Amino acid sequence: MSTNGMTDWAVDLADVAAIYPFQGSEMLMYILALVFWIGWHVIQMRQEAAELDRDAKADRDGSHTKAWIAKY
Amino acid sequence: MDTNIDALTTIFTEFYYWVTVVMMFLIHVGFCMYEVGASRRRNHMHTLMKNTMLIPLVTISFFFFGWWIYFAFPNGPFIFEGKGLDYAAATAARPWDPSMGTNLSDHISGVFWAAFLLFSWTAASIVSGSVIERIRSGAFWILAVVIGSVAWIIDASWGWHWDGWMVKILGYHDAYASGVIHAIAGGFALGILVVLGPRLGKFREDGTPRDIPPHNPWLVTIGLFLIYTGFWGFYAACNVPIISPEAIGGQITGVTWTATNIYLAPTTLSAITFNFLMSLSGGLMAAYVVSKGDSFWTYSGGLAGIITASAGNDLYHPIQAMFIAAIGVVIIYKMHYWVERKFKIDDAVGAVAVHGYAGFVGLIIAGFVLWGQPSSPYEGYAAINPLGMFIGAVIMFGVLGFLPAYIISKILNGMGLLRVPHKVELEGLDFEANEAYQAAVNDVIAAETAMVK
Repeated sequence: MSTNGMTDWAVDLADVAAIYPFQGSEMLMYILALVFWIGWHVIQMRQEAAELDRDAKADRDGSHTKAWIAKY
Repeated sequence: MDTNIDALTTIFTEFYYWVTVVMMFLIHVGFCMYEVGASRRRNHMHTLMKNTMLIPLVTISFFFFGWWIYFAFPNGPFIFEGKGLDYAAATAARPWDPSMGTNLSDHISGVFWAAFLLFSWTAASIVSGSVIERIRSGAFWILAVVIGSVAWIIDASWGWHWDGWMVKILGYHDAYASGVIHAIAGGFALGILVVLGPRLGKFREDGTPRDIPPHNPWLVTIGLFLIYTGFWGFYAACNVPIISPEAIGGQITGVTWTATNIYLAPTTLSAITFNFLMSLSGGLMAAYVVSKGDSFWTYSGGLAGIITASAGNDLYHPIQAMFIAAIGVVIIYKMHYWVERKFKIDDAVGAVAVHGYAGFVGLIIAGFVLWGQPSSPYEGYAAINPLGMFIGAVIMFGVLGFLPAYIISKILNGMGLLRVPHKVELEGLDFEANEAYQAAVNDVIAAETAMVK
């Protein structure tokens, strides 16, 4: 099952390089990581837009806003 | 130290662990700030003292017997091949042994002991936050000694030791302590919380939970930042910085020196630096989204991300570490609120989730991702595998974490020593000190005002 090419440590460390699992899948992992990163921005911006929308619709008479301004 | 290279290696190793101890102090500073920030104003000093005084109590008890346990218990006792306590290996850890004092032929025992001790503080400090504002200090300090100087160090002897039975039989792999510190501490906290009960006012009459916000979110977040900082020391302390294949004495051939994890299997500081930062990032990003930008959970999620990936952060690829952290954070966030609603558990700082569930989940994931890789440089040890890691997670969280905490809390509760009286909880645990403080302030103000002509 080992995916890093090692099943024991009976090796000369001078001959060993990468030891992470699923070697050979680096490009796939990289693409998935890019999707994660871009996806995060999309989700975050949607959440932020929804929050700003709620904020903009709140406190119609401005009383809470004045109170927060007064608190500095 | 009869050669220059031997002397350099010894002094470097001594200094290396010494630096990790200094850095790990920041974890405790961070936990104190975090807890005080999370508590309400009428409980500040009690909260701070509760966490501060575990330092001397765990330190002396760890000197008295905790350190000895680490070397004496790798076989269970009687779990591995029927072998009992390993008295010979533990000889130098007896408090009265010359190695446990100023000794020019031993440069390592003191700093190695201290590095483990700071882990003990961390384990107890994790528990401290979840029980704020209603536990008696005396009860907490007994429980702190149990986890800091007994339970966690037994688990370290079993699963965080090159000769531990869990490593040999189960293929248990937990390089940066997902289980041996975090899962056990989370399970221990849960064991206390079940008996201790929620803070007054935490749940409405219909059973739905109220949010009790921290009095100072800024202090909470700075505390978590400090914990992140101290974690660098924690990670470094989990490694042996430099060792020769000859000194390891396992299967490794050749003459190439290396850093290793606690099992003496090769890794590098470079690897754990990659993975620490990528798992922190994965945790922060997932927590921000899943909590919709809540600062408390975002910071906690960064920590939980690291904790989830820690079991295998000596071996993972950085992108794997990032994804594992993100997955872990989503799970623990959902678990925290589900457990709170379902079982009426009031974990004031989310420690059971951030440490306990994250550690547990991290062990399970490591079992699959690292399946088949050698757990040790020694022959005959089981390879890392999902079943062994699952059993290991249950031992950490349940057997050595939840169970002793539940039993001792039940005993303390039965003696009326676990929880403060309800009236005092409402007054605040600092009531007497606050009243005295205010009286002193009023007295000074009155006296000085009278002097004004």
